Amino acid sequence: MYSYCSVVFLGVFLPLTVALYQALPQKGRRVVLLAASYVFFWILSGKLLLYLLFSTLSVHHIGLWLSLLANERDAALQGVERSERKAIKQQYLHKQRMVMGFAVVLHIGILVAVKYTAFFGWNLNNLFEVLHLPLRLSTVKILAPIGISFYTLQALSYLFDVYRGSVPADRNLFRLALFLSFFPQIMEGPICRYSDTAQALWECPSVSYRSLTFGAQRILYGVMKKVVVADRLNAFIKPVFADYAQYDGGVIALAAVGYTCQLYMEFSGTMDIVIGAAEIFGIRLPENFRQPFFSKSISEFWKRWHITLGTWFRDYIFYPVTLSKPLKKLTTWGRKRLGNHFGPLLAGAVALFCVWFSNGIWHGAGWNYIFFGIYHFVLILLGNVFEPFVHKTYEKLRLRRNGAVCTGLRILKTGVLVCIGELFFRAPELGIGMKMFGRMVGSFSLSSFKSGKIFEMGMDRQDFIIVGVTVAIVFLFGVLKERGVQIRQRTAEKPTVLRWALYYALILFVIVFGAYGPGYIPVDPIYANF
Amino acid sequence: MEQLIEILEEINPEVDYETCDDLVDGHYLTSLMIISLIAGIEDEFDVTVPTVEIVPENFNSAEAIWALIQRLMEE
Repeated sequence: MYSYCSVVFLGVFLPLTVALYQALPQKGRRVVLLAASYVFFWILSGKLLLYLLFSTLSVHHIGLWLSLLANERDAALQGVERSERKAIKQQYLHKQRMVMGFAVVLHIGILVAVKYTAFFGWNLNNLFEVLHLPLRLSTVKILAPIGISFYTLQALSYLFDVYRGSVPADRNLFRLALFLSFFPQIMEGPICRYSDTAQALWECPSVSYRSLTFGAQRILYGVMKKVVVADRLNAFIKPVFADYAQYDGGVIALAAVGYTCQLYMEFSGTMDIVIGAAEIFGIRLPENFRQPFFSKSISEFWKRWHITLGTWFRDYIFYPVTLSKPLKKLTTWGRKRLGNHFGPLLAGAVALFCVWFSNGIWHGAGWNYIFFGIYHFVLILLGNVFEPFVHKTYEKLRLRRNGAVCTGLRILKTGVLVCIGELFFRAPELGIGMKMFGRMVGSFSLSSFKSGKIFEMGMDRQDFIIVGVTVAIVFLFGVLKERGVQIRQRTAEKPTVLRWALYYALILFVIVFGAYGPGYIPVDPIYANF
Repeated sequence: MEQLIEILEEINPEVDYETCDDLVDGHYLTSLMIISLIAGIEDEFDVTVPTVEIVPENFNSAEAIWALIQRLMEE
């Protein structure tokens, strides 16, 4: 059951949980959801369940601690002169900051310890060797529980929100435990906010015909993306990235595009399954994708791709860093001397660097991930720096920036930049990524395509056609969504016969064209490893 | 309100702030523009905008931003 797409999860675990949930009254349903979430985690991580238990208990306790301080502050402010209020507020703010700092160090500390110890050890050992120092650090990899990168961010978002006073601390340990461990999203997100899902999960509404069918449709759509496209592409992508020197630049370029497509189909497909599974229980999880390949800039791309991670970094790193005292001073200084565009860019660049460095290393302990983050930092910063120049150029050339031709070219440019970034992201290590990029540009050739050799590299002509048709279907749905068409609502309004014919056609499509069985190696859940 | 409109027009002059009610959701104000706006508001109105207030609802229209400023001035 290592994947949400597995037969065990979709055919046994989920239906069994839904049946038990539906058979019981509200209180019993809470127990079913919480027990199912912990069983799911235990199946995947065994004894490492203790990490989740510890995080839940500590988050619950620290939340109450922050709440206690806020209550004490409010009591101390009662009947106090306005002149004294500021000092009292400062005193309690300092205490709350200390508690919040402790929480961040504790939870990020655990994440760093299990995920990055070996990486830091390996790099420091290399440094010691260069400096001829007789020191050696352990490079043993610590076993990490599944989803730790996701539930840690979710736990911290809850604590930050309590610290800021935007949500009350939850006294109910079990509600908080369910919010942190809800099984459909524990492994790969989306990273939920307490205010969005905790109470909704606790209410445990009945499974309705609508929630069941809508959820099942969404799951089916996700399975199609994963099994028909992502798994099929694996046969071509895996060997190219494992032994790039065997292939010319054209094949490597196709592998970079193919991997970007695979990553999108795997991750967004899993999100469809996750959101669909939650929908069956009447829970609306936040969307993680909004047609990212329609983006006209890298900045826009990241507002449409892994949305909940982007908003987490924006709300808990970008704004707090830019609004910190030193950077506020820098912004004020910059605005006076450099104007309204370049002035805030100084502080913005510092905050953007923090965001993208964190984003890169969050994805994994490797220099290629750090490079991936910095690559996007540079692209977004350059986009902002040159924005006035680009704007003037469009005006001078009398080009309509939002016209069809310019929009198409901007979308294409963004797509190319994204694929280059993903090449480094997928490469086994940064050095290999550099070499692959060098080969892609320096030895670009279409000879493998002209000679037909491309169809002997894991995927034959038929495989390419199946992938192409499925991508076209997903693209078509994307166009409709961009135009505001409520596809699922519209489908639900169709006559029963037509509706079920559509569902059966989709099921049949997955069964016939899915890449499973002998000869196929399904792609591992990519984001579950982060 | 006039001072606020002036700050907003300095940051992005291509928006009709009298009518626009999706400044953030419609991507008229980017994150960097919001930083500039906050710096302008803090300078002009002698208030501090806490991070918890940086939510789309408070920045989607000139009226909403003005309401936020007034609330912060009262605190």
